[in-house]
Amino acid sequence: MKIAVCIKQVPTREWQPRLNDSKTWIREQDASYEMNEPDAYALEEALRLKEKHGGEVVVCSAGPARVAQVIREALARGADRAIHVEDETLGGADAFVISAALASAMKEERFDLVLTGLQSDDQGFAQTGVILAERLGLPHATIIMEVDVRDAALRVKRELEGGWFQWVSLPMPAVLTIQSGINQLRYATLKGIMAAKKKEIRKTPAVAAAPKQKIAALYVPEKGKKTQMISGSPAEAAKELVKRLREEARVI
Amino acid sequence: MILVIAEQRGGVLNRASWEAIAAGQQLAGSEPIAIAIAGSGLGGIAGELAAAKVAEIVTIEHQALQAYTPDGFTAAFEQLIAQTTPKVVVLPHTYQTRDFVPKLAARLDRALITDVTAIKKAGAETAFVRPMFQGKLTADVVPQGPAPHLITFQIGAYRADQAARGASAAPIRAVAVTIDPSAIRQQPEAPFQETKQAVDLSQAERIVAVGRGIKGQEHLPVASKLADALGAELAASRPICDSGWLPMERQIGSSGQTVAPKLYVALGISGAIQHVVGMKGSRTIVAVNKDADAPIFEVADYGIAGDLFEIVPAIVAELQK
Repeated sequence: MKIAVCIKQVPTREWQPRLNDSKTWIREQDASYEMNEPDAYALEEALRLKEKHGGEVVVCSAGPARVAQVIREALARGADRAIHVEDETLGGADAFVISAALASAMKEERFDLVLTGLQSDDQGFAQTGVILAERLGLPHATIIMEVDVRDAALRVKRELEGGWFQWVSLPMPAVLTIQSGINQLRYATLKGIMAAKKKEIRKTPAVAAAPKQKIAALYVPEKGKKTQMISGSPAEAAKELVKRLREEARVI
Repeated sequence: MILVIAEQRGGVLNRASWEAIAAGQQLAGSEPIAIAIAGSGLGGIAGELAAAKVAEIVTIEHQALQAYTPDGFTAAFEQLIAQTTPKVVVLPHTYQTRDFVPKLAARLDRALITDVTAIKKAGAETAFVRPMFQGKLTADVVPQGPAPHLITFQIGAYRADQAARGASAAPIRAVAVTIDPSAIRQQPEAPFQETKQAVDLSQAERIVAVGRGIKGQEHLPVASKLADALGAELAASRPICDSGWLPMERQIGSSGQTVAPKLYVALGISGAIQHVVGMKGSRTIVAVNKDADAPIFEVADYGIAGDLFEIVPAIVAELQK
């Protein structure tokens, strides 16, 4: 089975946002980056499917030169080779532009299965996987918590809201967007890191695609509520909080 | 014309549909609004929706739409949009619309802006406000390219009871679509719940919830001691349940339970939107987080920026005095 995993490089959780001069995007050069978490779960699922059914795992990423970091990491965890659609403008690109870039680089490969995370931790539109499916002419299912492959057919467990689930069957090839928590992640071993250095990364330019959105302004959220920040030592802050919960909010 | 697409499952209207109607009404100004609903056996739901102050209700009934599939719904709404040529298509940001609307937008080659919390009009341009970077930043996003633009609104961003009701029932019109059932590639089975939920957190008066900041399962007693001292239920954000540190049934957020207790204490929870939608209706919210800029402080009434491993035991000690 030939499996593609689409991964995105996003700022780390600890990253403190800083904006560019026009306040329409972040200062990319200041951020530290990591693999988008749901994509890491998609990669893990692909590696498990390969272990079970055999085949190949190809990691695909569309982004600037810096995304080589997460591609290397994916190769170190066990992916066999990589496709990097490289373009400096892809860092802040929308889902339509990213999907177009990925689709054009992936089309000829004729993957049996394409996995990606359900959304990214940066823009978080939750669109790329589904748009990619449409561009590749493939059926899809989203927010998947279990993948069962049998005779070129898939049966997948889709998460619905509020603790509900649903099994869906669909033919392969197909695109699935994977929910965080579907499996337990593995980490790269030293051996894996060494092996990754010899693995192929095919670089390809991005196709031109018209953006479908413009970020007119990016800013720190306006507070909807008046938050009372309580300062002081832990003991002082605790005392003040308990006092306010008792006397002001009257909830204890 | 503004088209609002409502959502139903098994003949029951998703309440988020009324929130989308409220958003559609704010967006529309003097433009007429139509509400569309797809499925089979829609009479009751169409009647319910007809109470809204809109120009008409459009029903798309087809045997192939009885169970939701992304292929079926994309085909149905592609045809409806071709027939009605709306300027904007408005939907609630649910797991169902996340599943088919990006496909519909790609099929139409039109802009889609998801998870919107507010509308900003500036002259001829309309920007849609939405969270980015896990809620650390907010963006005003303007759709590009020709109409219709597709917009999904975050659950809870608009209130269902804000949707204006009409003086008389809106007319209901059935629209026929052509769907080839053999072209639908997904075969869905009946929805189910994993386990009978033993814990109904929605009934809890007080909740102490933990997030990534708790660092490890071995530290959970720090939080459970506070829960005991407050007479609260213990809950968690998704990553904690994903790691198996607490059972899934104690998860708060879009994929877990939605709660509105008298007191909600968030410990080491950054405040990603998927969590906040499940708890922002709480009457009093307390947040303890080492990062003073964490988005959780935007919804909190009381915040303490600092190390929860020092602060929480101090709160427990204070409560026991």
